[in-house]
Amino acid sequence: MNRENELTKTNNSQSNDQVILSTRDLNVYYGTFRAIKDINLEVKKNQVLALIGPSGCGKSTVLRCFNRMNDLIMSAKVEGSVLYNGNNLYSPDVDAAEIRSRIGMVFQKPNPFPKSIYDNVAFGLKINGYQGDIEEAVERSLKRAALWNEVKDRLKDNGLTLSGGQQQRLCIARALAIEPDIILMDEPCSSLDPIATLAIEELIRDLISKYTIIIVTHNMQQAARVSDETAFLMVGEDRAGYLVETGDTQQILTNPKEERTEAYITGRFS
Amino acid sequence: MNSPIGIEHFSPKLNRRKRFGQFIYLLLLSCVLIGIMGLLLLLVRILFDGIDWLSWHFLTNFPSRHPEIAGMKSAIFGTIWTIGLTGIFTVPIGIGAAIYLEEYSPKNWFTQIVEINISNLAGVPSIVYGLLGLALFVQWMSIGRTVLAGALTLALLVLPIVILASREAIRAVPDSYRQASYALGATKWQTQKSVVLPIAMPSVLTGVILALSRAIGEAAPIIAISALVYLTFIPTNPLSRFTVMPIQIFNWVSRPQDEFRGLAAAGIIILLIILLGMNSFAIYFRNRYQKQSEE
Repeated sequence: MNRENELTKTNNSQSNDQVILSTRDLNVYYGTFRAIKDINLEVKKNQVLALIGPSGCGKSTVLRCFNRMNDLIMSAKVEGSVLYNGNNLYSPDVDAAEIRSRIGMVFQKPNPFPKSIYDNVAFGLKINGYQGDIEEAVERSLKRAALWNEVKDRLKDNGLTLSGGQQQRLCIARALAIEPDIILMDEPCSSLDPIATLAIEELIRDLISKYTIIIVTHNMQQAARVSDETAFLMVGEDRAGYLVETGDTQQILTNPKEERTEAYITGRFS
Repeated sequence: MNSPIGIEHFSPKLNRRKRFGQFIYLLLLSCVLIGIMGLLLLLVRILFDGIDWLSWHFLTNFPSRHPEIAGMKSAIFGTIWTIGLTGIFTVPIGIGAAIYLEEYSPKNWFTQIVEINISNLAGVPSIVYGLLGLALFVQWMSIGRTVLAGALTLALLVLPIVILASREAIRAVPDSYRQASYALGATKWQTQKSVVLPIAMPSVLTGVILALSRAIGEAAPIIAISALVYLTFIPTNPLSRFTVMPIQIFNWVSRPQDEFRGLAAAGIIILLIILLGMNSFAIYFRNRYQKQSEE
Protein backbone atom coordinates (compact mmCIF):
# COMPACT_ATOMS: atom_id res chain seq x y z
CA MET A 1 0.00 0.00 0.00
CA ASN A 2 2.99 2.25 0.48
CA ARG A 3 3.53 2.56 -3.20
CA GLU A 4 -0.09 3.46 -3.72
CA ASN A 5 0.39 6.44 -1.48
CA GLU A 6 3.48 7.34 -3.37
CA LEU A 7 1.66 7.08 -6.69
CA THR A 8 -1.31 9.13 -5.64
CA LYS A 9 0.49 11.74 -3.61
CA THR A 10 0.30 15.14 -5.18
CA ASN A 11 0.97 18.63 -4.06
CA ASN A 12 -2.37 19.74 -2.77
CA SER A 13 -2.96 22.67 -5.07
CA GLN A 14 -6.27 22.14 -6.82
CA SER A 15 -5.48 24.51 -9.63
CA ASN A 16 -7.17 23.66 -12.89
CA ASP A 17 -3.95 23.43 -14.82
CA GLN A 18 -2.30 20.86 -12.66
CA VAL A 19 -0.75 18.17 -14.85
CA ILE A 20 -1.68 14.70 -13.63
CA LEU A 21 -0.28 12.62 -16.45
CA SER A 22 2.40 13.32 -19.01
CA THR A 23 4.46 11.40 -21.53
CA ARG A 24 8.10 11.96 -22.43
CA ASP A 25 9.42 10.77 -25.79
CA LEU A 26 6.96 7.92 -25.80
CA ASN A 27 7.61 5.30 -28.49
CA VAL A 28 5.80 2.01 -28.94
CA TYR A 29 7.00 -0.80 -31.16
CA TYR A 30 5.05 -3.88 -32.20
CA GLY A 31 7.90 -6.19 -33.10
CA THR A 32 9.99 -4.11 -35.44
CA PHE A 33 7.09 -1.85 -36.42
CA ARG A 34 7.13 1.53 -34.73
CA ALA A 35 3.51 2.42 -33.96
CA ILE A 36 4.00 5.80 -32.29
CA LYS A 37 6.92 8.13 -32.37
CA ASP A 38 8.22 10.57 -29.72
CA ILE A 39 4.90 11.53 -28.20
CA ASN A 40 5.08 14.32 -25.62
CA LEU A 41 1.70 14.98 -24.12
CA GLU A 42 0.29 16.53 -20.97
CA VAL A 43 -3.03 15.74 -19.35
CA LYS A 44 -4.53 18.20 -16.90
CA LYS A 45 -6.40 17.16 -13.81
CA ASN A 46 -10.21 17.19 -13.94
CA GLN A 47 -10.30 17.88 -17.62
CA VAL A 48 -11.21 15.84 -20.65
CA LEU A 49 -8.48 15.32 -23.19
CA ALA A 50 -9.57 14.08 -26.60
CA LEU A 51 -7.17 12.18 -28.84
CA ILE A 52 -8.21 12.62 -32.46
CA GLY A 53 -6.69 11.69 -35.78
CA PRO A 54 -7.08 9.37 -38.75
CA SER A 55 -7.24 5.56 -38.46
CA GLY A 56 -3.91 3.96 -37.71
CA CYS A 57 -2.35 7.07 -36.17
CA GLY A 58 -1.83 5.29 -32.86
CA LYS A 59 -4.48 7.02 -30.73
CA SER A 60 -5.43 3.78 -29.02
CA THR A 61 -1.81 2.76 -28.64
CA VAL A 62 -1.08 6.02 -26.81
CA LEU A 63 -4.15 5.49 -24.62
CA ARG A 64 -3.09 1.96 -23.74
CA CYS A 65 0.30 3.24 -22.56
CA PHE A 66 -1.43 5.10 -19.75
CA ASN A 67 -2.55 1.93 -17.96
CA ARG A 68 0.11 -0.35 -19.38
CA MET A 69 -2.40 -2.44 -21.34
CA ASN A 70 0.29 -2.76 -23.99
CA ASP A 71 2.08 -5.07 -21.54
CA LEU A 72 -0.47 -7.71 -22.50
CA ILE A 73 0.65 -7.72 -26.13
CA MET A 74 3.72 -9.89 -26.21
CA SER A 75 5.39 -8.17 -29.14
CA ALA A 76 4.82 -4.65 -27.81
CA LYS A 77 7.74 -2.65 -26.47
CA VAL A 78 7.38 0.77 -24.86
CA GLU A 79 10.20 3.32 -24.73
CA GLY A 80 10.19 6.67 -23.01
CA SER A 81 8.24 7.42 -19.89
CA VAL A 82 4.72 8.11 -18.69
CA LEU A 83 4.63 10.23 -15.56
CA TYR A 84 1.66 9.93 -13.27
CA ASN A 85 1.88 12.54 -10.50
CA GLY A 86 5.58 12.62 -11.27
CA ASN A 87 6.14 8.86 -10.97
CA ASN A 88 7.17 6.90 -14.05
CA LEU A 89 4.60 4.17 -14.72
CA TYR A 90 7.23 2.23 -16.65
CA SER A 91 9.87 2.13 -13.96
CA PRO A 92 10.64 -1.50 -13.06
CA ASP A 93 9.31 -1.36 -9.50
CA VAL A 94 5.83 -0.22 -10.51
CA ASP A 95 3.21 -2.94 -10.73
CA ALA A 96 0.87 -2.81 -13.73
CA ALA A 97 -2.09 -4.17 -11.75
CA GLU A 98 -1.80 -1.34 -9.25
CA ILE A 99 -1.66 1.28 -11.99
CA ARG A 100 -4.79 -0.18 -13.53
CA SER A 101 -6.65 0.13 -10.26
CA ARG A 102 -5.80 3.86 -10.26
CA ILE A 103 -6.29 4.45 -14.00
CA GLY A 104 -9.45 2.78 -15.25
CA MET A 105 -10.46 1.97 -18.80
CA VAL A 106 -13.63 1.80 -20.87
CA PHE A 107 -13.39 -0.06 -24.16
CA GLN A 108 -14.64 0.51 -27.67
CA LYS A 109 -17.17 -2.28 -27.54
CA PRO A 110 -19.15 -2.58 -24.30
CA ASN A 111 -17.73 -5.64 -22.55
CA PRO A 112 -19.65 -6.35 -19.36
CA PHE A 113 -18.85 -9.77 -17.90
CA PRO A 114 -21.53 -12.41 -18.43
CA LYS A 115 -22.38 -12.00 -14.76
CA SER A 116 -25.14 -10.11 -12.97
CA ILE A 117 -25.21 -6.31 -13.10
CA TYR A 118 -24.33 -6.27 -9.41
CA ASP A 119 -21.38 -8.66 -9.83
CA ASN A 120 -20.06 -6.63 -12.75
CA VAL A 121 -19.74 -3.54 -10.60
CA ALA A 122 -18.59 -5.48 -7.54
CA PHE A 123 -15.86 -7.30 -9.48
CA GLY A 124 -13.18 -4.65 -9.19
CA LEU A 125 -14.03 -4.08 -5.52
CA LYS A 126 -13.63 -7.75 -4.70
CA ILE A 127 -10.38 -8.37 -6.55
CA ASN A 128 -8.83 -5.27 -5.06
CA GLY A 129 -9.85 -6.21 -1.54
CA TYR A 130 -12.30 -3.38 -0.89
CA GLN A 131 -12.84 -3.01 2.86
CA GLY A 132 -16.05 -1.00 2.81
CA ASP A 133 -19.65 -1.97 2.16
CA ILE A 134 -19.70 -3.46 -1.33
CA GLU A 135 -23.45 -3.09 -1.75
CA GLU A 136 -23.22 0.61 -1.01
CA ALA A 137 -20.28 1.08 -3.37
CA VAL A 138 -22.17 -0.69 -6.17
CA GLU A 139 -25.16 1.61 -5.72
CA ARG A 140 -22.93 4.69 -5.59
CA SER A 141 -21.10 3.69 -8.78
CA LEU A 142 -24.29 2.92 -10.68
CA LYS A 143 -25.74 6.26 -9.63
CA ARG A 144 -22.61 8.07 -10.72
CA ALA A 145 -22.80 6.32 -14.09
CA ALA A 146 -26.44 7.45 -14.41
CA LEU A 147 -27.64 3.86 -14.63
CA TRP A 148 -29.08 3.27 -11.18
CA ASN A 149 -32.68 4.21 -11.94
CA GLU A 150 -32.79 1.88 -14.92
CA VAL A 151 -31.34 -1.17 -13.17
CA LYS A 152 -32.12 -0.83 -9.46
CA ASP A 153 -34.89 -3.45 -9.67
CA ARG A 154 -32.90 -5.93 -11.72
CA LEU A 155 -29.43 -6.00 -10.19
CA LYS A 156 -29.46 -9.80 -10.36
CA ASP A 157 -30.04 -9.82 -14.14
CA ASN A 158 -27.18 -10.68 -16.43
CA GLY A 159 -25.29 -7.58 -17.58
CA LEU A 160 -25.64 -8.77 -21.16
CA THR A 161 -29.43 -8.32 -21.01
CA LEU A 162 -28.97 -4.54 -21.06
CA SER A 163 -29.04 -2.44 -24.23
CA GLY A 164 -25.74 -1.37 -25.81
CA GLY A 165 -25.77 2.08 -24.26
CA GLN A 166 -26.70 0.70 -20.85
CA GLN A 167 -23.94 -1.89 -21.14
CA GLN A 168 -21.43 0.85 -21.79
CA ARG A 169 -22.65 2.81 -18.77
CA LEU A 170 -22.37 -0.40 -16.76
CA CYS A 171 -18.75 -0.65 -17.90
CA ILE A 172 -18.23 2.94 -16.78
CA ALA A 173 -19.84 2.14 -13.41
CA ARG A 174 -17.55 -0.90 -13.14
CA ALA A 175 -14.53 1.33 -13.76
CA LEU A 176 -15.76 4.00 -11.31
CA ALA A 177 -16.37 1.52 -8.50
CA ILE A 178 -12.71 1.21 -7.59
CA GLU A 179 -12.35 5.00 -7.35
CA PRO A 180 -9.73 5.61 -10.02
CA ASP A 181 -8.13 8.99 -10.63
CA ILE A 182 -8.20 8.80 -14.38
CA ILE A 183 -10.51 7.05 -16.82
CA LEU A 184 -9.33 6.10 -20.28
CA MET A 185 -12.04 5.76 -22.92
CA ASP A 186 -11.27 4.14 -26.24
CA GLU A 187 -13.98 5.30 -28.68
CA PRO A 188 -16.66 4.52 -26.08
CA CYS A 189 -19.57 5.48 -28.34
CA SER A 190 -18.50 3.95 -31.63
CA SER A 191 -20.95 1.06 -31.33
CA LEU A 192 -23.81 3.10 -29.91
CA ASP A 193 -26.77 4.90 -31.44
CA PRO A 194 -27.00 8.72 -31.24
CA ILE A 195 -29.25 8.79 -28.17
CA ALA A 196 -27.05 6.42 -26.20
CA THR A 197 -24.04 8.42 -27.39
CA LEU A 198 -25.56 11.60 -26.03
CA ALA A 199 -26.17 9.96 -22.66
CA ILE A 200 -22.52 8.89 -22.44
CA GLU A 201 -21.31 12.34 -23.47
CA GLU A 202 -23.41 14.01 -20.79
CA LEU A 203 -22.05 11.51 -18.31
CA ILE A 204 -18.47 12.37 -19.29
CA ARG A 205 -19.11 16.06 -18.61
CA ASP A 206 -20.60 15.14 -15.21
CA LEU A 207 -17.69 12.97 -14.27
CA ILE A 208 -14.89 15.50 -14.66
CA SER A 209 -15.68 17.13 -11.36
CA LYS A 210 -14.13 14.04 -9.76
CA TYR A 211 -12.09 12.40 -12.49
CA THR A 212 -9.70 13.09 -15.29
CA ILE A 213 -10.76 11.58 -18.60
CA ILE A 214 -8.82 10.80 -21.75
CA ILE A 215 -11.03 9.86 -24.67
CA VAL A 216 -10.07 8.55 -28.08
CA THR A 217 -12.57 9.52 -30.74
CA HIS A 218 -12.97 9.50 -34.50
CA ASN A 219 -15.66 12.03 -34.27
CA MET A 220 -14.65 15.69 -34.17
CA GLN A 221 -18.13 16.84 -33.12
CA GLN A 222 -17.79 14.53 -30.15
CA ALA A 223 -14.39 15.98 -29.31
CA ALA A 224 -15.94 19.44 -29.51
CA ARG A 225 -18.84 18.45 -27.25
CA VAL A 226 -16.97 16.64 -24.49
CA SER A 227 -13.35 17.71 -24.35
CA ASP A 228 -11.48 20.64 -22.89
CA GLU A 229 -8.25 19.94 -24.68
CA THR A 230 -7.51 18.06 -27.86
CA ALA A 231 -4.43 16.34 -29.14
CA PHE A 232 -4.22 15.72 -32.87
CA LEU A 233 -2.17 12.79 -34.12
CA MET A 234 -1.26 11.79 -37.64
CA VAL A 235 0.47 8.97 -39.46
CA GLY A 236 3.88 9.71 -40.87
CA GLU A 237 5.52 8.44 -44.03
CA ASP A 238 7.00 5.61 -41.95
CA ARG A 239 3.45 4.65 -40.79
CA ALA A 240 4.32 5.68 -37.23
CA GLY A 241 1.84 7.95 -35.47
CA TYR A 242 3.08 11.27 -34.19
CA LEU A 243 1.62 14.22 -32.35
CA VAL A 244 0.89 17.21 -34.59
CA GLU A 245 -0.42 19.65 -32.05
CA THR A 246 -2.26 19.87 -28.82
CA GLY A 247 -4.22 22.63 -27.17
CA ASP A 248 -7.59 23.98 -26.22
CA THR A 249 -10.31 22.09 -28.09
CA GLN A 250 -12.07 25.20 -29.39
CA GLN A 251 -8.80 26.56 -30.69
CA ILE A 252 -7.74 23.28 -32.33
CA LEU A 253 -11.08 22.81 -34.05
CA THR A 254 -11.61 26.40 -35.18
CA ASN A 255 -8.21 27.92 -35.51
CA PRO A 256 -5.45 25.30 -35.57
CA LYS A 257 -1.84 26.34 -35.80
CA GLU A 258 -0.88 23.55 -38.13
CA GLU A 259 -1.96 23.28 -41.75
CA ARG A 260 -2.23 19.47 -41.38
CA THR A 261 -4.71 19.80 -38.53
CA GLU A 262 -6.87 22.18 -40.48
CA ALA A 263 -6.80 19.87 -43.50
CA TYR A 264 -8.00 17.00 -41.34
CA ILE A 265 -10.75 18.80 -39.49
CA THR A 266 -12.14 20.42 -42.59
CA GLY A 267 -12.20 17.09 -44.41
CA ARG A 268 -9.53 17.99 -46.93
CA PHE A 269 -7.40 15.22 -45.55
CA SER A 270 -6.43 12.51 -48.01
CA MET B 1 -34.51 -4.74 -72.92
CA ASN B 2 -31.88 -2.10 -73.36
CA SER B 3 -29.01 -4.16 -72.02
CA PRO B 4 -26.40 -4.98 -74.62
CA ILE B 5 -26.73 -8.67 -73.94
CA GLY B 6 -30.30 -9.90 -74.38
CA ILE B 7 -32.03 -12.93 -72.98
CA GLU B 8 -31.22 -14.88 -76.14
CA HIS B 9 -27.57 -15.07 -75.08
CA PHE B 10 -28.41 -17.27 -72.07
CA SER B 11 -29.31 -20.91 -71.94
CA PRO B 12 -30.76 -21.18 -68.45
CA LYS B 13 -31.81 -24.88 -68.52
CA LEU B 14 -33.62 -24.17 -65.28
CA ASN B 15 -35.37 -27.54 -65.17
CA ARG B 16 -32.13 -29.44 -65.53
CA ARG B 17 -30.46 -27.39 -62.81
CA LYS B 18 -33.40 -27.96 -60.50
CA ARG B 19 -33.40 -31.71 -61.15
CA PHE B 20 -29.68 -31.85 -60.41
CA GLY B 21 -30.24 -29.95 -57.17
CA GLN B 22 -32.94 -32.45 -56.24
CA PHE B 23 -30.57 -35.32 -56.98
CA ILE B 24 -27.88 -33.88 -54.71
CA TYR B 25 -30.47 -33.43 -51.96
CA LEU B 26 -31.42 -37.12 -52.13
CA LEU B 27 -27.76 -38.14 -52.22
CA LEU B 28 -27.00 -36.18 -49.05
CA LEU B 29 -30.11 -37.53 -47.34
CA SER B 30 -29.08 -41.11 -48.09
CA CYS B 31 -25.66 -40.43 -46.58
CA VAL B 32 -27.38 -39.50 -43.33
CA LEU B 33 -29.69 -42.52 -43.49
CA ILE B 34 -26.82 -44.94 -44.06
CA GLY B 35 -25.05 -43.55 -41.03
CA ILE B 36 -28.12 -43.75 -38.83
CA MET B 37 -29.25 -47.12 -40.18
CA GLY B 38 -26.02 -48.78 -39.06
CA LEU B 39 -26.47 -47.56 -35.54
CA LEU B 40 -30.18 -48.33 -35.57
CA LEU B 41 -29.66 -51.92 -36.77
CA LEU B 42 -27.05 -52.42 -34.07
CA LEU B 43 -29.38 -51.09 -31.41
CA VAL B 44 -32.35 -53.17 -32.57
CA ARG B 45 -30.26 -56.30 -32.73
CA ILE B 46 -28.82 -55.75 -29.25
CA LEU B 47 -32.23 -54.95 -27.81
CA PHE B 48 -33.72 -58.04 -29.43
CA ASP B 49 -30.96 -60.28 -28.07
CA GLY B 50 -30.60 -58.80 -24.65
CA ILE B 51 -33.98 -57.55 -23.49
CA ASP B 52 -35.04 -60.98 -22.11
CA TRP B 53 -31.92 -61.16 -19.97
CA LEU B 54 -32.39 -57.78 -18.37
CA SER B 55 -33.67 -58.13 -14.85
CA TRP B 56 -33.00 -56.79 -11.41
CA HIS B 57 -30.77 -59.71 -10.46
CA PHE B 58 -28.71 -59.12 -13.59
CA LEU B 59 -27.62 -55.92 -11.90
CA THR B 60 -27.26 -57.32 -8.39
CA ASN B 61 -25.70 -60.77 -8.98
CA PHE B 62 -22.09 -61.63 -9.41
CA PRO B 63 -20.97 -63.44 -12.59
CA SER B 64 -21.60 -67.16 -12.65
CA ARG B 65 -21.13 -70.29 -14.75
CA HIS B 66 -24.91 -70.57 -14.83
CA PRO B 67 -26.25 -67.94 -17.23
CA GLU B 68 -29.66 -67.72 -15.60
CA ILE B 69 -28.23 -66.42 -12.31
CA ALA B 70 -25.25 -64.55 -13.76
CA GLY B 71 -25.07 -60.77 -13.24
CA MET B 72 -22.60 -57.98 -13.62
CA LYS B 73 -22.58 -56.44 -10.16
CA SER B 74 -18.80 -56.64 -9.84
CA ALA B 75 -18.31 -55.13 -13.31
CA ILE B 76 -20.76 -52.27 -12.69
CA PHE B 77 -19.12 -51.35 -9.39
CA GLY B 78 -15.69 -51.80 -10.94
CA THR B 79 -16.65 -49.38 -13.69
CA ILE B 80 -18.02 -46.82 -11.22
CA TRP B 81 -14.83 -47.00 -9.14
CA THR B 82 -12.55 -46.83 -12.14
CA ILE B 83 -14.32 -43.96 -13.89
CA GLY B 84 -14.76 -42.04 -10.66
CA LEU B 85 -11.03 -42.20 -9.94
CA THR B 86 -10.21 -41.47 -13.58
CA GLY B 87 -12.31 -38.32 -13.31
CA ILE B 88 -10.58 -37.27 -10.09
CA PHE B 89 -7.17 -37.62 -11.75
CA THR B 90 -8.10 -36.22 -15.14
CA VAL B 91 -10.13 -33.11 -14.33
CA PRO B 92 -7.62 -31.06 -12.32
CA ILE B 93 -4.58 -32.14 -14.34
CA GLY B 94 -6.30 -31.72 -17.70
CA ILE B 95 -7.77 -28.31 -16.92
CA GLY B 96 -4.54 -27.16 -15.29
CA ALA B 97 -2.50 -28.17 -18.32
CA ALA B 98 -4.97 -26.44 -20.62
CA ILE B 99 -4.82 -23.20 -18.63
CA TYR B 100 -1.04 -23.28 -18.69
CA LEU B 101 -0.80 -23.95 -22.41
CA GLU B 102 -3.48 -21.45 -23.36
CA GLU B 103 -2.81 -18.58 -20.97
CA TYR B 104 0.61 -18.87 -19.38
CA SER B 105 3.04 -20.64 -21.69
CA PRO B 106 5.38 -18.51 -23.75
CA LYS B 107 4.91 -19.14 -27.45
CA ASN B 108 8.18 -20.83 -28.37
CA TRP B 109 9.40 -24.02 -30.06
CA PHE B 110 9.11 -26.03 -26.85
CA THR B 111 5.43 -25.31 -26.30
CA GLN B 112 4.82 -25.87 -30.01
CA ILE B 113 6.28 -29.37 -29.70
CA VAL B 114 4.21 -30.03 -26.58
CA GLU B 115 1.08 -28.88 -28.38
CA ILE B 116 1.67 -31.05 -31.43
CA ASN B 117 2.41 -34.06 -29.26
CA ILE B 118 -0.73 -33.68 -27.18
CA SER B 119 -2.78 -33.83 -30.37
CA ASN B 120 -0.79 -36.91 -31.43
CA LEU B 121 -1.30 -38.59 -28.06
CA ALA B 122 -5.05 -38.29 -28.49
CA GLY B 123 -4.70 -40.62 -31.49
CA VAL B 124 -2.54 -43.34 -29.90
CA PRO B 125 -4.37 -46.73 -29.79
CA SER B 126 -5.69 -47.53 -26.33
CA ILE B 127 -3.92 -50.90 -26.07
CA VAL B 128 -0.64 -49.01 -26.13
CA TYR B 129 -1.76 -47.13 -23.04
CA GLY B 130 -2.75 -50.47 -21.51
CA LEU B 131 0.76 -51.83 -21.98
CA LEU B 132 2.25 -48.59 -20.68
CA GLY B 133 0.02 -48.79 -17.60
CA LEU B 134 1.01 -52.43 -17.07
CA ALA B 135 4.71 -51.61 -17.18
CA LEU B 136 4.56 -48.26 -15.38
CA PHE B 137 1.89 -48.56 -12.71
CA VAL B 138 1.37 -52.29 -12.17
CA GLN B 139 4.99 -53.40 -12.29
CA TRP B 140 7.41 -50.50 -11.91
CA MET B 141 5.41 -48.61 -9.31
CA SER B 142 4.15 -51.91 -7.85
CA ILE B 143 0.57 -50.71 -7.58
CA GLY B 144 -0.58 -54.13 -8.75
CA ARG B 145 -3.57 -55.04 -10.88
CA THR B 146 -5.79 -52.67 -8.95
CA VAL B 147 -8.53 -50.12 -9.53
CA LEU B 148 -5.91 -47.43 -8.98
CA ALA B 149 -3.65 -48.74 -11.74
CA GLY B 150 -6.64 -49.03 -14.09
CA ALA B 151 -7.82 -45.52 -13.33
CA LEU B 152 -4.36 -44.03 -13.76
CA THR B 153 -4.04 -45.79 -17.12
CA LEU B 154 -7.43 -44.54 -18.30
CA ALA B 155 -6.51 -41.08 -17.03
CA LEU B 156 -3.43 -41.09 -19.26
CA LEU B 157 -5.59 -42.26 -22.13
CA VAL B 158 -8.18 -39.49 -21.88
CA LEU B 159 -5.98 -36.65 -20.62
CA PRO B 160 -5.12 -35.45 -24.14
CA ILE B 161 -8.84 -35.31 -24.94
CA VAL B 162 -9.60 -33.28 -21.81
CA ILE B 163 -6.65 -30.95 -22.46
CA LEU B 164 -7.66 -30.34 -26.06
CA ALA B 165 -11.33 -29.76 -25.21
CA SER B 166 -10.44 -27.45 -22.31
CA ARG B 167 -8.05 -25.46 -24.46
CA GLU B 168 -10.76 -24.99 -27.07
CA ALA B 169 -13.14 -23.83 -24.36
CA ILE B 170 -10.62 -21.39 -22.88
CA ARG B 171 -9.67 -20.07 -26.30
CA ALA B 172 -13.34 -19.44 -27.07
CA VAL B 173 -13.59 -16.93 -24.19
CA PRO B 174 -13.50 -13.53 -25.90
CA ASP B 175 -10.35 -11.54 -25.19
CA SER B 176 -12.43 -8.47 -24.33
CA TYR B 177 -13.36 -10.10 -20.99
CA ARG B 178 -9.71 -10.64 -20.10
CA GLN B 179 -8.94 -7.04 -21.02
CA ALA B 180 -11.82 -5.77 -18.90
CA SER B 181 -10.53 -7.77 -15.97
CA TYR B 182 -6.91 -6.64 -16.31
CA ALA B 183 -8.06 -3.05 -16.74
CA LEU B 184 -9.65 -3.26 -13.28
CA GLY B 185 -6.34 -4.20 -11.71
CA ALA B 186 -6.84 -7.98 -11.63
CA THR B 187 -3.81 -10.24 -11.68
CA LYS B 188 -3.46 -13.04 -14.18
CA TRP B 189 -4.73 -15.70 -11.79
CA GLN B 190 -7.65 -13.50 -10.63
CA THR B 191 -8.58 -13.05 -14.27
CA GLN B 192 -8.42 -16.79 -14.84
CA LYS B 193 -10.33 -17.74 -11.72
CA SER B 194 -13.05 -15.11 -11.77
CA VAL B 195 -13.57 -14.42 -15.47
CA VAL B 196 -12.11 -16.96 -17.89
CA LEU B 197 -12.81 -20.23 -16.09
CA PRO B 198 -16.45 -19.53 -15.14
CA ILE B 199 -17.17 -18.70 -18.79
CA ALA B 200 -15.24 -21.68 -20.12
CA MET B 201 -16.44 -24.18 -17.52
CA PRO B 202 -19.59 -25.53 -19.24
CA SER B 203 -17.60 -26.38 -22.38
CA VAL B 204 -14.79 -27.79 -20.27
CA LEU B 205 -17.28 -30.04 -18.46
CA THR B 206 -18.76 -31.14 -21.76
CA GLY B 207 -15.27 -32.19 -22.85
CA VAL B 208 -14.64 -33.97 -19.56
CA ILE B 209 -17.87 -35.93 -19.79
CA LEU B 210 -17.21 -36.93 -23.40
CA ALA B 211 -13.70 -38.03 -22.41
CA LEU B 212 -15.03 -40.10 -19.52
CA SER B 213 -17.63 -41.61 -21.87
CA ARG B 214 -14.72 -42.77 -23.98
CA ALA B 215 -12.96 -44.21 -20.93
CA ILE B 216 -16.03 -46.12 -19.77
CA GLY B 217 -16.22 -48.08 -23.00
CA GLU B 218 -12.54 -48.99 -23.17
CA ALA B 219 -11.78 -52.69 -22.79
CA ALA B 220 -8.29 -53.04 -24.26
CA PRO B 221 -6.21 -51.14 -21.68
CA ILE B 222 -8.13 -52.69 -18.79
CA ILE B 223 -7.58 -56.18 -20.19
CA ALA B 224 -3.86 -55.46 -20.07
CA ILE B 225 -4.11 -54.20 -16.48
CA SER B 226 -6.72 -56.34 -14.82
CA ALA B 227 -7.19 -59.56 -16.78
CA LEU B 228 -9.80 -60.61 -14.24
CA VAL B 229 -13.31 -61.56 -15.17
CA TYR B 230 -14.90 -63.76 -12.55
CA LEU B 231 -14.91 -61.47 -9.59
CA THR B 232 -17.28 -62.32 -6.78
CA PHE B 233 -16.62 -59.21 -4.76
CA ILE B 234 -16.84 -55.50 -5.42
CA PRO B 235 -13.91 -53.09 -5.00
CA THR B 236 -13.83 -51.54 -1.55
CA ASN B 237 -10.82 -49.29 -1.97
CA PRO B 238 -8.47 -48.08 -4.73
CA LEU B 239 -6.17 -51.03 -4.15
CA SER B 240 -8.85 -53.68 -4.74
CA ARG B 241 -8.74 -56.01 -7.70
CA PHE B 242 -11.45 -55.20 -10.20
CA THR B 243 -13.09 -55.78 -13.53
CA VAL B 244 -15.14 -53.45 -15.72
CA MET B 245 -18.24 -53.78 -17.87
CA PRO B 246 -16.60 -53.96 -21.31
CA ILE B 247 -14.39 -56.84 -20.15
CA GLN B 248 -17.35 -58.70 -18.70
CA ILE B 249 -19.20 -58.24 -21.98
CA PHE B 250 -16.17 -59.31 -23.99
CA ASN B 251 -15.88 -62.46 -21.90
CA TRP B 252 -19.54 -63.38 -22.31
CA VAL B 253 -19.42 -62.83 -26.06
CA SER B 254 -16.48 -65.18 -26.42
CA ARG B 255 -18.25 -68.09 -24.70
CA PRO B 256 -19.75 -70.83 -26.88
CA GLN B 257 -23.20 -71.02 -25.24
CA ASP B 258 -25.95 -68.88 -26.77
CA GLU B 259 -27.23 -67.84 -23.34
CA PHE B 260 -24.05 -65.94 -22.63
CA ARG B 261 -24.45 -64.00 -25.84
CA GLY B 262 -27.83 -62.87 -24.52
CA LEU B 263 -26.14 -61.81 -21.31
CA ALA B 264 -23.54 -59.90 -23.32
CA ALA B 265 -26.31 -58.06 -25.18
CA ALA B 266 -27.96 -57.20 -21.88
CA GLY B 267 -24.62 -55.89 -20.61
CA ILE B 268 -24.26 -53.75 -23.71
CA ILE B 269 -27.71 -52.28 -23.10
CA ILE B 270 -26.72 -51.26 -19.56
CA LEU B 271 -23.45 -49.78 -20.83
CA LEU B 272 -25.27 -47.87 -23.58
CA ILE B 273 -27.79 -46.50 -21.09
CA ILE B 274 -24.94 -45.18 -18.93
CA LEU B 275 -23.17 -43.74 -21.99
CA LEU B 276 -26.29 -42.05 -23.37
CA GLY B 277 -27.01 -40.71 -19.90
CA MET B 278 -23.57 -39.14 -19.69
CA ASN B 279 -23.81 -37.70 -23.18
CA SER B 280 -27.25 -36.18 -22.56
CA PHE B 281 -25.82 -34.63 -19.42
CA ALA B 282 -23.09 -33.07 -21.56
CA ILE B 283 -25.61 -31.77 -24.11
CA TYR B 284 -27.83 -30.40 -21.35
CA PHE B 285 -24.86 -28.48 -19.95
CA ARG B 286 -23.95 -27.04 -23.34
CA ASN B 287 -27.49 -25.92 -24.09
CA ARG B 288 -27.92 -24.31 -20.72
CA TYR B 289 -24.68 -22.44 -21.30
CA GLN B 290 -25.73 -21.29 -24.77
CA LYS B 291 -29.05 -20.07 -23.45
CA GLN B 292 -27.29 -18.11 -20.73
CA SER B 293 -24.99 -16.32 -23.12
CA GLU B 294 -27.82 -15.49 -25.53
CA GLU B 295 -29.94 -13.85 -22.86
